[in-house]
Amino acid sequence: MDDTDNIINKAASGEYKYGFVSDIATDVIPKGLDEDVVRTISRLKGEPEWLLEMRLKAYRHWTTLKQPAWAHITMPEIDFQDIRYFAAPKPKKTATEIDPELKRTFDKLGIPLVEQQQLSGMAVDAVMDSVSVRTTYRERLAERGIIFCSMSDAVRDCPDLVQRYLGRVVPYTDNFYAALNTAVFSDGSFVYIPKGVRCPIELSTYFRINAAETGQFERTLIVADDDSYVSYLEGCTAPMRDENQLHAAIVEIVVEDRAEVKYSTVQNWYPGDEHGRGGIYNLVTKRALCRGDHSKVSWTQVETGSAVTWKYPSCVLSGDDSVGEFYSVALTRHYQQADTGTKMIHLGKRTRSTVVSKGISAGHSQNSYRGMVKVAKGAVGCRNYTQCDSLLLSDTSGAHTFPVIDVGNDSSVVEHEATTSKINEEQIFYCNQRGISTEDAIGLIVNGYAKEVMSKLPMEFAVEAQKLLQISLEGSVG
Amino acid sequence: MLEIKDLYASIEGKEILRGIDLTVRDGEVHAIMGPNGSGKSTLSAVLTGNPAYTVTAGTVTFNGKDLLALSPEDRAHEGLFLSFQYPVEIPGVSMVNFMRAAVNAKRKYQGEEPLGAAEFLKLMREKREIVALDGKLANRAVNEGFSGGEKKRNEIFQMAMLEPRLSILDETDSGLDIDALRIVAEGVNRLKRDDNATIVITHYQRLLDYIKPDVVHILYKGRIVKTAGPELALELEERGYDWIKE
Repeated sequence: MDDTDNIINKAASGEYKYGFVSDIATDVIPKGLDEDVVRTISRLKGEPEWLLEMRLKAYRHWTTLKQPAWAHITMPEIDFQDIRYFAAPKPKKTATEIDPELKRTFDKLGIPLVEQQQLSGMAVDAVMDSVSVRTTYRERLAERGIIFCSMSDAVRDCPDLVQRYLGRVVPYTDNFYAALNTAVFSDGSFVYIPKGVRCPIELSTYFRINAAETGQFERTLIVADDDSYVSYLEGCTAPMRDENQLHAAIVEIVVEDRAEVKYSTVQNWYPGDEHGRGGIYNLVTKRALCRGDHSKVSWTQVETGSAVTWKYPSCVLSGDDSVGEFYSVALTRHYQQADTGTKMIHLGKRTRSTVVSKGISAGHSQNSYRGMVKVAKGAVGCRNYTQCDSLLLSDTSGAHTFPVIDVGNDSSVVEHEATTSKINEEQIFYCNQRGISTEDAIGLIVNGYAKEVMSKLPMEFAVEAQKLLQISLEGSVG
Repeated sequence: MLEIKDLYASIEGKEILRGIDLTVRDGEVHAIMGPNGSGKSTLSAVLTGNPAYTVTAGTVTFNGKDLLALSPEDRAHEGLFLSFQYPVEIPGVSMVNFMRAAVNAKRKYQGEEPLGAAEFLKLMREKREIVALDGKLANRAVNEGFSGGEKKRNEIFQMAMLEPRLSILDETDSGLDIDALRIVAEGVNRLKRDDNATIVITHYQRLLDYIKPDVVHILYKGRIVKTAGPELALELEERGYDWIKE
């Protein structure tokens, strides 16, 4: 905790403090993308034939697609031949030993790679660039039948499970970046919670980009079998660089009968500098399939990083009486652009969904909420409540809302509420008069505004996320 | 503790204060009265550093420091407090978080450690009683959904929490019924000490029945046109402001 506080204190005194580069020997493949690169990645990872086939199909499909342009985002067309698709920290001689520099890196980020005696706190899968470097508590979780490992290990150790679920929620035909990810994905986490098991600790994956000119294409798959429960956290940071880096991930979640998955993200990729130079392009497809009756999935995201965010964690509610939730705080400043929101697809009867989105825009940033609520004809008795708020901290930033509502029957109820507000000078002066500085005042107001979403985060995460919001706001006053 | 000399101030180019002179000493209660538009609220805004106003001439010394050179928050840290005529609502920010930020900012300025949670909550409980504020207050958002009377009591509660050296009560009596007025005034009187001072800005004599001033000033067209003892307030009550204007 002290270490975390230290990091945060340091961060509070300046700008983005996760922007360091670690000096780690890294194996890379040359830049560019073609079928050979896809084959090379698959070979480097020692994959079975079916997976290579899937990659190649995805790659061929991808070559027929165009980069999507419908989002409220301006960015240069990405030169996909100018990106490196695989970079892996060189393994040490023994498998159990961890490179001290890697350990230092994650220590610096406040991510524990060492297991405690007790099965407590959280288990971590640490991913640097294209590979998972360490997964903690793996054996002890396995005693309860829980599989928590890197995607590469899962492909090797439980190929049947992976083959059964991979690409079922987000097929490679889903969109441009999904096709790209399926072709070149490197690592990520795999989680399987067996029937009737409640995962005793938080599972988490920490993604770190380190190598230059390299894209990160991680793939996460979470399967919660009947009557199980898991809470999963995702965190991410990257070095400060003048050029943009691409992060195109896929997260798939399958929730069976009466199971529940809570998925929380604190996204803090390097956002670029105050002139809009550099930063991560965060182009991510996340989707949960509530396949079982009475199943539930809950997405909570705090988005403060990335130059561009394009991300719509969605819920397909196909099981009867299943529940989908989406809670989001997206803060943009400088020249950041976020186009984020959710899709709630009601297919099962009496399915319910809740969407709470809080956008905060500062500087010259653009912040959009894009949401869809769709209720199928046969999905009778459904309910959706959407609340979508925007808070403007500057006159030069933009807040936008693009909601789509499509209800196929008349026994369902869909509500949409939206507000836009600006922190006003009277509020700031009132705080100033009580001795609270303008920056602290804005921090208080923003945290108050985001509280409803923050309260959905697991405890330790909430504290960090709150500090992160405050840090990110430094210098965005006016 | 406060010395204002020949103070001129304007808002959006319009001159409101035209040469104010005022001296307040430890332990004193000053009343500033005057008709609407005479510059009463402008004076409190300028003293507390509201950025909407521009000081065009004059000096203000507070505790020996150049008040006008300080930021609004440092003026507060130095012990200047304003009970707002219209307290501002801050949705989503609980009173407990708001007050904790305020109290700890002041402690930091004075080189003290922040108060721990338990100590702080104890302090809140103690001070709340001074103005008989509800215990649920701590979890409510700052002034949001408060009645007019609750807002004013909440201002005095904050004053009790921050223990200012100089408090300016800007039309604290406006919008209060007689019971609320008594509670607020009693709260102010309980906080009175030999080493602090109060400026009561009011339109009516009514509040001064409860908070006894040592000195009464009449502000008219941005200038103090008359200064006398408490009897001046009574005279105003009888004769109105018209005789001043002549």
